[in-house]
Amino acid sequence: MAKVSFNKDLCKGCGLCVTACPKKIVHLADELNKRGYHPAEVTEQDKCIGCAFCATMCPDCVITVEK
Amino acid sequence: MVVFDKPNALTENPLHYCPGCTHGIIHRLVAEALDELGVTGRTIGVASVGCSVFTYNYFNCDMVQAAHGRAPAVATGVKRSDKNNIVFTYQGDGDLAAIGTAETVHSAARGENITVIFVNNAIYGMTGGQMAPTTLPGQKTQTSPYGRDVEAVGYPVKVCEMLSQVDGATYLERVAVNNVANVKKAKAAIKKAFQNQIEGKGFSLVEVLSTCPTNWGLAPDKAIGWLEENMLPYYPLGVYKDKYAEEK
Repeated sequence: MAKVSFNKDLCKGCGLCVTACPKKIVHLADELNKRGYHPAEVTEQDKCIGCAFCATMCPDCVITVEK
Repeated sequence: MVVFDKPNALTENPLHYCPGCTHGIIHRLVAEALDELGVTGRTIGVASVGCSVFTYNYFNCDMVQAAHGRAPAVATGVKRSDKNNIVFTYQGDGDLAAIGTAETVHSAARGENITVIFVNNAIYGMTGGQMAPTTLPGQKTQTSPYGRDVEAVGYPVKVCEMLSQVDGATYLERVAVNNVANVKKAKAAIKKAFQNQIEGKGFSLVEVLSTCPTNWGLAPDKAIGWLEENMLPYYPLGVYKDKYAEEK
């Protein structure tokens, strides 16, 4: 099963991964990370198809995708 | 199985770029190309002046910091001192297309066997969003608050088109990082630019259309949209020169 994980404290909350996700499961969290940004997260992990589009568009190498 | 992770050619240092700045994507593409070609250990990068001045903190290879615009001249020396080095420069438009135009054109004319990564975001980023040689006609910046007036300050410099007339250049391609498909094309172009150098084919330059959300005054996703609506029509993507493809 595909799994996407975020290095939360490196994320700058730019949201490029949010627009790239074909399944629309990436969103910005309500809480802040230690740098003061709303980090990207996925709560519906089971819907992830492991396409890595989010990681491809991430400028900060925050995202790791496993399949 | 991990299908996507940070490439080894990037260090663990967090990037200093603004949120949504596509410099980070381009850094990763260069690093992936170095890793996949297996040349990270013998690569020497030349950093420019501008937002990309700190690239030496981010690449896991030896780096030199050149004076403003002089990266291709420094790269020439690094390459000629030992041809086994894989040498690349990473320059913005304010560096490569303004103060460094002479070095860019002449290193291409000499056919130096180096790889140039040229990041074009149509503005001076680090200094706060002034008009650059690549700023589009009508584009508002700090120093063109009513939009670039071509009657007063002339037209943007199209680097790939210009260098395509230089006999010494081997490979010139313009790509963009506005969506997943174009990021993959950009990766292929950057990898080819390094492959050319490994094969001793000569001067390769990849122009990457990039965003500057902060100085364009747009949110990151809106900046991508602005790039697509304004930059892509003025700076068409494609291969402008491929000396070895023509000979086939």
